[in-house]
This record gives sequence, C-alpha cells and structure tokens, in this order.
Amino acid sequence: MGQIELKQVTKSFGDVQVIPPLDLTIKDGEFTVFVGPSGCGKSTLLRLIAGLEDITTGHIEIDGSDATDVVPARRGLAMVFQSYALYPHMSVRKNIAFPLKMAKMDQAEIDKRVDAAAQVLNLADYIDRRPGQLSGGQRQRVAIGRAIVREPAAFLFDEPLSNLDAALRVGMRMEISELHKKLATTMIYVTHDQVEAMTMADKIVVLQAGVIEQVGSPLELYRAPRNTFVAGFIGSPRMNLITGEEAAKHDAHTIGIRPEHIDVVESGGTWQGTVGVAEHLGSDTFFHIHNTGLADTLTVRAIGDVSLTHGDKIHLAPRADEIHRFDTAGLRIA
Amino acid sequence: MARSVTTQRKTINTTIAWIIGLLIFFPILWTILTSFKTEAQAISDPPLFLFFDWTTENYSTVMERSNYGRFLWNSIIIAGGSTLLGIIIAVPAAWSMAFVPSKRTKDILLWMLSTKMLPAVGVLYPIYLLCIRLGVLDNRVALVIILMLINLPIIVWMLYTYFREIPGEILEAARMDGATLKEEILYVLTPMAIPGIASTLLLNFILAWNEAFWTLNLTAAQAAPLTAFIASYSSPEGLFYAKLSAASTMAIAPILILGWFSQKQLVRGLTFGAVK
Amino acid sequence: MATKASRSAARLMMAPAVILLLGWMLVPLTMTLWFSFRTYLPLRGGDQGWTGFDNYVRFVTSSSFWPAVSTTLIIVAGVLAITIALGVLLAILLDQPMWGQGVVRILVIAPFFVMPTVSALVWKNIFMDPTNGLFAHLWRFFGADPVSWLSNAATPSIILIVSWQWLPFATLILLTAIQSLDSEQLEAAEMDGASPLARFFYITLPHLSRAITIVLLIQTIFLLAIFAEIFVTTGGAFGTRTLSYLIFQRVLESQNIGLGSAGGVYAIILANIVAIFLMRIVGKNLDT
Repeated sequence: MGQIELKQVTKSFGDVQVIPPLDLTIKDGEFTVFVGPSGCGKSTLLRLIAGLEDITTGHIEIDGSDATDVVPARRGLAMVFQSYALYPHMSVRKNIAFPLKMAKMDQAEIDKRVDAAAQVLNLADYIDRRPGQLSGGQRQRVAIGRAIVREPAAFLFDEPLSNLDAALRVGMRMEISELHKKLATTMIYVTHDQVEAMTMADKIVVLQAGVIEQVGSPLELYRAPRNTFVAGFIGSPRMNLITGEEAAKHDAHTIGIRPEHIDVVESGGTWQGTVGVAEHLGSDTFFHIHNTGLADTLTVRAIGDVSLTHGDKIHLAPRADEIHRFDTAGLRIA
Repeated sequence: MARSVTTQRKTINTTIAWIIGLLIFFPILWTILTSFKTEAQAISDPPLFLFFDWTTENYSTVMERSNYGRFLWNSIIIAGGSTLLGIIIAVPAAWSMAFVPSKRTKDILLWMLSTKMLPAVGVLYPIYLLCIRLGVLDNRVALVIILMLINLPIIVWMLYTYFREIPGEILEAARMDGATLKEEILYVLTPMAIPGIASTLLLNFILAWNEAFWTLNLTAAQAAPLTAFIASYSSPEGLFYAKLSAASTMAIAPILILGWFSQKQLVRGLTFGAVK
Repeated sequence: MATKASRSAARLMMAPAVILLLGWMLVPLTMTLWFSFRTYLPLRGGDQGWTGFDNYVRFVTSSSFWPAVSTTLIIVAGVLAITIALGVLLAILLDQPMWGQGVVRILVIAPFFVMPTVSALVWKNIFMDPTNGLFAHLWRFFGADPVSWLSNAATPSIILIVSWQWLPFATLILLTAIQSLDSEQLEAAEMDGASPLARFFYITLPHLSRAITIVLLIQTIFLLAIFAEIFVTTGGAFGTRTLSYLIFQRVLESQNIGLGSAGGVYAIILANIVAIFLMRIVGKNLDT
C-alpha cells in the first residue's frame, strides 16, 4: 500500500514561502513525476514527503494515517538520491543490507532479500565491491537495490539520472519503468527533464514557483495544457505561442500550436517566412523560421528530410483543430 | 601533467633538501647521540660525532634518579584521556555544526576558537584556587579535564572541517533507511570520517603530551607528566649534558615513534584540517 | 536545510561542548575580574578588601609593563615572520621532485613533536651554553669569542628556539597548499611569458594566501601563550619577560593575586584585540 496525500501543505524558509498551500493525492501504485524548471520547488516537495524537511503548515497522510510529524526513518518510504548517496565504506552487499540491518531483521532474511535484489538489478557480479569501484550506472542500480529491499510503501527518486551520460540515461529510464511495472509500488520521481516525465509517468505534476500548474496523464497534458506555462513546458520542441493579431483572429489573447502540427506546403499556406536554421535529423527536419510576422521564431517539424535550407522561403499550413487558445491570464479557453 | 625533470636538477634538489632537512633535524639527532656519551665526551671540544664509546649508563642513571615509568604513565593518561574525552564531546557538536548549520554556527565556531586565545596566565590563579578548593591539585583527572577543555575548540574545528567534506545526502540516505540519529553517527558518519578522526586524535594527543603550562603549574609529585620530569633537569648539577640528553630522548621518544608510524594521518592532522 | 527534530537534536548535541567551554571561560574570568579589584596577598595577610582600580593603575605604571608588551609583540612577530618566510621557501623546495622526499619531510616535521620544555633545555644547554655549548665550540673553531646567547641576545635566542619548533607546522601547511595548486595555471603563466619569479609572485603566492592566514591564526594563538621556553631558559630575565610571563611572576612568584589578576585582564583584552582582528580574516576564509 502506498497512497500519499498532501493537504494544504506549505513550506517557508524563513520569511520566504517556497510552497504556497498545496493539495495533492498520489494513488497507490501510481508512477507520479514532479516536473518543472530548476527552483520550482519539486525537490523541496519530495523532501517534505520524505520527512527530510518539516512542512510549515498542513498535513501529510501516508496510507490514511497522519505522517506529518513522523521522522523519515518511520515513514516506510525509500529514496534514491541524485548523488546516489551510497555508503562509501561499505561493500555493495552491505549498502543494500543497511536498511534491513537498521530494521533489526535477522541475517538469513537479510541475505535472502539482498540476493534477490542483486539478481533483479544484475548486481551479483560486483556484490563485494565498494561503491568507489563502480561506474555511474552500477552505482545507480545499487542505490535502487538499497531502496527495493525494504519493500517500502513508496519510492522517492530525486533526479536520479541527471549524473549519467545520455545513452545510459535512456537505458536506466527503461529499467526504472520496468521495475515499476514489476513491483507495482507507488513511485514519485522528480526531474527537470520533460522527456523523462512524458516517457515514464502515469501522472505528471507540473510545478512552477511551488504552485501546481497542472496534474494529469502525459497525453492529457500534451493535448490539453491548462495554461501557457504547461503548454510551453511539455512537448519537445516547445509549442509555438503566438500573440497579437493572429491570436485575435481566434478570439484569444494567445494561441499555441506545436511544431509537429504545422505542415510545410509547396506554396500558398496560411503563414510564410524564411528559414533561419534547418536541423536535418534524417527522420525529421526542424525548421526555425523568421519573418513570419507572428513571433520572433517559429519552430516547425516536418517528417522526413525536407530539403529547404537557410534563407529559403517557406510556406506553412497550421492544422486548425490543433490550435490551443489561451486568455489574457494565460489560461486555456475550452 | 607532471613535468619530467632532468636528473641533474633532481640531484641538486635532493642535495639541498637533505642538507636543510638534516640541519633542522640536527638538534634532535645531536641530543640522541649525546645521550649515549659519557659526560666528559658530551662536552669535549672538538665535539665527537659518531666515534665515541657508546654507553647506556645515562639512561640507567636517569631511571634511578627519578621514576620515569610514573611520569610516562601520567603523560599517557593525561594526553590520551583528554583527547578521547574531547573527541567524545566534539563528535556530536561537530555533527551539528556541519550538517545542521544555522545562522549562528559560524559565530559559535569562532567563539570556541576565541576561547583558545584567552591567555592561560589570566586565569591561572582562579584555576589553581579551584583545584585547591576541590582537592584536585596534582590530580590526573583534573588535568585530563583541563587539557580536554584547552584542546576542545581545536578538536571541534578539525572534526567540523572533516565532516563538512562528507555529503549530507549520505546521512539523509541513512535517515531514509531507518537509522536513528545514534546509528547514523555510529555506522555512517564515523566510519566515513575515520581518517579525519584519526588525524584529530593524533594531533591533539601530541598537543596534550607537550602541553607545558598547566602540567607544570598544577602538578607536583603525583600527577606530574614528562613535561615536569624534564623540567626538573633545568638546574644543572655538575656534569649533566649526557643525562639531560638521555632524559630528553626518553621524553620525546614516544611521540617521535608514534609520529613515524602514523605519518600520513599526522601530516593531514598537522594542517588542522584547514588546508586540503 | 533540516527538520525541527534534527535542529533540536543538533542543539542538544552541541550543548555539552558549548556549556563546558562557556563554564571554562566564564568561571575563571569572573574570578580574575573579582580579584583584580581587591588587594589579595595570600602570603601577606590574604584578602584585604576592595581597592578599586589601584591594581590596574599599578600594573600599567610599573616599569615592567611596556617592555613586556613590546617583548610579547617582538617575539610573536619575529617568529611569525621567520616561520612564514622560511616556510614558503621550504615548501617550494619540498614540492620539487627529489629522492627520499618522505624521509626529508619527516626530518623537517620532527621538531614539532619535541615538547617545549625539552627543546628549551636542549637549546639552552647543549647549543647555547657559552662554555660547553655546540655554538661556543663552533665560534672558537673560527677563532671568535663565544657568545652568551641567553643573556646577551636573549630575545633573538628565544625567537630562534620557538621558530625552530613552529617552522615544521608552517612548512607543512604551506606545502599542502602548494601541492593543491593546479599546475596548468603555472604552465599557462609560463606560456604567457611569465618569468619564474613573476610566476611565484603572481600565481603561487596569491594561491598561498589562505594557507598563510591559517598559519598566522593558529601560530598566533599558540605564540601568545608561550611559557615553557621562557620559564626554562631565562626565567624572564634579560628582557625576555613577555606579558604572560610578567603576570605569571606577579601571581605565583610575588603572590600578588590582585595585581596579577589586573594584568590578566589586560592580557585578555590584548588577546581579544588580536582575536577580533584574526577572526575577521578567518571568518571570511571559512566561507570558501
């Protein structure tokens, strides 16, 4: 079981309120990702749930019982840190066994669980090494192993992949996702990378300045961003946001359209411009377009290799049904 | 990249460094040599370097004259006791300062160091009087406590600097893993800080071993450590260089040997954790 | 960044150290302050009541006061100058590639292990004695008259002894700092056409500034309190009476507790002036 509920939670450091009153429910077994730009309070929120920081006001409930004043050691949560935070003076085996030893479990049971975890995470070959002798990816697995042996109510991940190189990151992303499918335990995952959020999450919580901008499944966020912030943050490349005359035509203050929802046409088209930079990836081509009279730069994604290049004139046809409309406050107009 | 150096340059470096090193070490070397001479040879002109009749007579004379064993034992108790006690009190304090810093942490640390600057003579008489009133003049326990208090600021400071190198996330991980505060300090922090703690122990043991104000002024027959043992040789009685050298060698030998065996920790400790 | 629970635990765990040091500071300090306003001669009538600021006036107007202050400053400044200057040179030397670096380092560190009473006695008798000392032999060998070091050049002699004891410390800290200097910086400077001397003054020396500050602070703390070296060698005679030693004599030798205590208060004030000055520097350095 691992349902976590935040009720009117706030956090202040001194006089500065970093998290204004916030309500959030994370259902048992759900993979929830907190995503937002750096300094948005996502890590703070995770540390509040972990109990590593006190909440200033409000309540935290874990499985229906009030955990607000419970010390981290007694919350039954496991955490994987950005720096892995392995104990450098202990072997991999002892690292993984540490939480069980703290729980005063008997040695036979500890050995059994550690071996099982090592099996799952492919750690058996270096079980007697020290963390210093391991690569980044292996350390990451040890940190995860240390978390899973406890069979916690929920896992907390604090940007666990940000110290890995790009290739390894994709691999670990898959491993964590698979682990979640296998264990079906609640996971809360903090990242600033919206690709991680989109690929892993059951539910994404988009944060900005301590405020929840939107909660929803990846596709809900993609299809119906609640405001311009979420619209700009989720999706890659970013959604084009256009204000002014063109927006007024749609009865909105701002309109947004994703690069993949604008078609490049031979001639005519609704919009025209000149190509600034063309990024040819083979499978796709990204155009950064100037002189459209709409925005400084308009980004467009074309499927396949389109042979337009710097300085060429380009004709664009936005798909009308994919245009998002926002009011003066930046909120979505249904 | 370290640059390769010509053999000639290296030879010159080596020669100069060895000459200077030996020059600095010479007083100690000479004292040790003198301790094996007869009194007449000790003051002979020209001085005898290695070619003299080696004798251990001075050592037996010194041993007969005073109870070296008791002075040595007192030194060990006082230096060891004050250092251990200091560490026990300082580890929790340093943990607090390094991992739960507040706005006042730096002030407290600086204040602690500043107590170290209080001139001992300024408070000599009050301490002397308190010791008499409490009946602990010439008492080993009293000296253990006093030397602990004297070195405590340095112990706290050194441990603080060593602890600060340990990432706080590791301690948080221990907390998440269900460790209590005691377990966190005992099983995670302390083992990780072993090199730093060892350096701190060693350095403060040496400082306490060599402390010569309180040990000279607050002890007489019972609790006097080696500093007092050697000070009794300050008034010359006839020919005494060789015996003085023997006594000196006996007073510094334990520390020299200790230093030899734990050079690495000591070098780290000698920088008081302040320079990496 | 912590919770209420850990903050209160922190306060609790800091308490023993803070309370002990506070007691160690306040109790004797209060007593010293109390005595300094009284006529207190344990051997000649004991505590004879209040005298107001008499002790303070007498201590400052005594002919030994200013010489003691200046001796203190000369010894501290002298030792600091010698140990830091030689320490920098020695550290640079030891940083060069050579054979037997480890052994040389032990040789250089060794004086630090020698207890002050021993080093004072050895220097006084075996080296500086005007008839049988090694220096006397050396002087005679060159046909010069031996010098009575500890009576004719007492303060420099003491500075020499104390510098010998503290040179290892300065050298070691500075050596550690030099070793942490990124050699690419020096190579970059070399590419920019800086001479060895320019590299020393513009790169090495600024890099050492933090280490030098630390040497300055720690040595000053210990040097203000030197006692055994004077006690054993000159007993405060021949102009080697430091402020500390003067107070020691008033308290223990003349058994004038009131006067000595007033002196103690002056010494504490002096130490505090130095402390404030030094703490400013160190406080800044602690942040980095």
